[in-house]
Amino acid sequence: MKNTEMARRLSRRRNLGKVLQLVFLSLTILAVLVLGVLLGNIIDRSFGISAIEYVSKYEDISADGALLEDSDDTALIETIVLNLRPRTLDAFEAEKPLDQRTRVELLEILEKELLQPSVVRSWSLMESLFARKAVNAELQELWPDAKARWRSWVRAELLLGSQSMDPLYAGIRGAIIGTFITILITMFVALPLGVGAAIWLEEYAPDNRLTRFIQTNIYNLAGVPSIIYGMLGLSIFVRYLVNVTQGRTILSAALTLAVLILPIVIINTQEALKAVPQSLRHASLALGASQWQTIRHHVLPACMDRILTGAILGLSRAIGETAPLVVVGASTFLTHDPSSVFDRFTTLPVQIYQWTSLPGDAWRNLAGAAILVLMILLLGLNSFAILLRNRYRKEMKA
Amino acid sequence: MSVALSTKNLSIHYGTFKAVNSVDMDFEANEITAIIGPSGCGKSTALRSFNRMNELIPGTRVEGEVIFQGTNIYTSEVDPVELRSRIGMVFQKPNPFPKSIFQNIVWGAKINGIHTDHDQLVEESLKAVALWDEVKDKLKQSANSLSGGQQQRLCIARALAIRPDIILMDEPTSALDPISTSRIEDLMDELKKKYTIIIVTHNMQQAARISDRTAFFLNGDLIEFGLTKDIFYKPRDTRTENYISGRFG
Repeated sequence: MKNTEMARRLSRRRNLGKVLQLVFLSLTILAVLVLGVLLGNIIDRSFGISAIEYVSKYEDISADGALLEDSDDTALIETIVLNLRPRTLDAFEAEKPLDQRTRVELLEILEKELLQPSVVRSWSLMESLFARKAVNAELQELWPDAKARWRSWVRAELLLGSQSMDPLYAGIRGAIIGTFITILITMFVALPLGVGAAIWLEEYAPDNRLTRFIQTNIYNLAGVPSIIYGMLGLSIFVRYLVNVTQGRTILSAALTLAVLILPIVIINTQEALKAVPQSLRHASLALGASQWQTIRHHVLPACMDRILTGAILGLSRAIGETAPLVVVGASTFLTHDPSSVFDRFTTLPVQIYQWTSLPGDAWRNLAGAAILVLMILLLGLNSFAILLRNRYRKEMKA
Repeated sequence: MSVALSTKNLSIHYGTFKAVNSVDMDFEANEITAIIGPSGCGKSTALRSFNRMNELIPGTRVEGEVIFQGTNIYTSEVDPVELRSRIGMVFQKPNPFPKSIFQNIVWGAKINGIHTDHDQLVEESLKAVALWDEVKDKLKQSANSLSGGQQQRLCIARALAIRPDIILMDEPTSALDPISTSRIEDLMDELKKKYTIIIVTHNMQQAARISDRTAFFLNGDLIEFGLTKDIFYKPRDTRTENYISGRFG
């Protein structure tokens, strides 16, 4: 009697275990799927067929009415000279004389300045691959003059190009430079401050009301929406400290981001310090080491890998932030690349945000491509962090 | 005989809890004094107060005096950092630094400004704990690669390397196997020629085997303190007798 009861209970427990295991597995699969869909969506946008229409046709503007394919370099130059406004022509000549330019460079000028292509419609990668007939039919019906071309929106011109109001030529060079300078300053401000504060709180601070109050506030600050930090940055760094930061500059943006990730760095560092066993501190103190010697020689080395991981997490967060930078005053259009911390700025996420809000298919494609670049950048940073951490771990074990 | 350390009316509180209750003791130099008693009797607390390691626990309050070299160590002129380099400590669980064996020995000497030949210091200290022959070929290896017993001997060697006067041991063998335990017991007999040793132990046989004097604590009170052979063979207090004969504990 008792045995059958026991067996029944046991099998119920086993079944419950199996069901839960299945639930956990499906949750994991769901998470991976969601990530996959996200990535797929971005890739879907970044490649595909674009319908391009030209304002003018080469044969209409060329001197001899010949087709583009039949014209040699001299004919191309002739056409350019004939059609370009004198001032623009002079600018090109001053940059590099036309007769010294290669055919590719000549075609580039011709296309950009005279034929003036524009994307009238672009299709996603999936549509381009699997619904080619529908794409062609739509093209025939709506834009008979347009040329369909495969286009990868992730291209060298995207990385190296400067901002432009034409999606075919717009690039993110300025945004990438802006992102790098901003993150560099953010790192140099937030890491020493954050790690220092964490060391004080964890190793030195007495356990009293004030410390607990500070601690609670740091936890709360980590949960404050980032746009609030944008407001703070705007009123303090942009307005109040205008003499130091000179207004809506990279410096203001970097300081705002530093304040934003400070709680994250502090909390992560504290957790790292907490994970160091007390016995290690006692071992050191019992040898007549001072508290700082104990921290410097034993505690910090023992948790450096965790501190670094926390720091990188904070920086990744900073790289992806958009809202606070928009509030602090990222530029919608940069005429030149930022070169100092007092320059006006834009960063990758801000650029992406602006592109997605512009009308037209092409901007959305461009945004997708920029998102890919941003993700690769983040992935690179995180891999670097993991490598660094593993190296520290190995050193500690050796 | 000279007294290396003594307590006068020593009481220790954790918050509102009184862990040690006005204890007077004299620890003779170059002797091993064992402190025994059931769990929670305040013996470890008392030991930790002898080099102010108890201060690391928040809410600890000490009353009375602990006199070392003629000074109460709880007066403001005594720096706990300096004190701990004179009174070393070995803990219950071996806690070597996650560094090389060599580094484990020399680090304490380095930070205390003991300028001596490091190779010689390492050899001396490891020989003093009978570990030299086992590790002399792998001094650069991590201390974590050693066995528990070896690690504990390394921790003792590390404490010796800063040349303290007194070594406090807080149940140093309770995490070790019997063979490692007996090696450390043999070692202590050698060490007392140069150092004063105060050891807290849960193991009454150990106290009987190695110590010259024994103190019995119960609920924060020092019940009986005297020569080990007197405590174990003719205890004056019935509570001591009951504890030693295993009636509680």
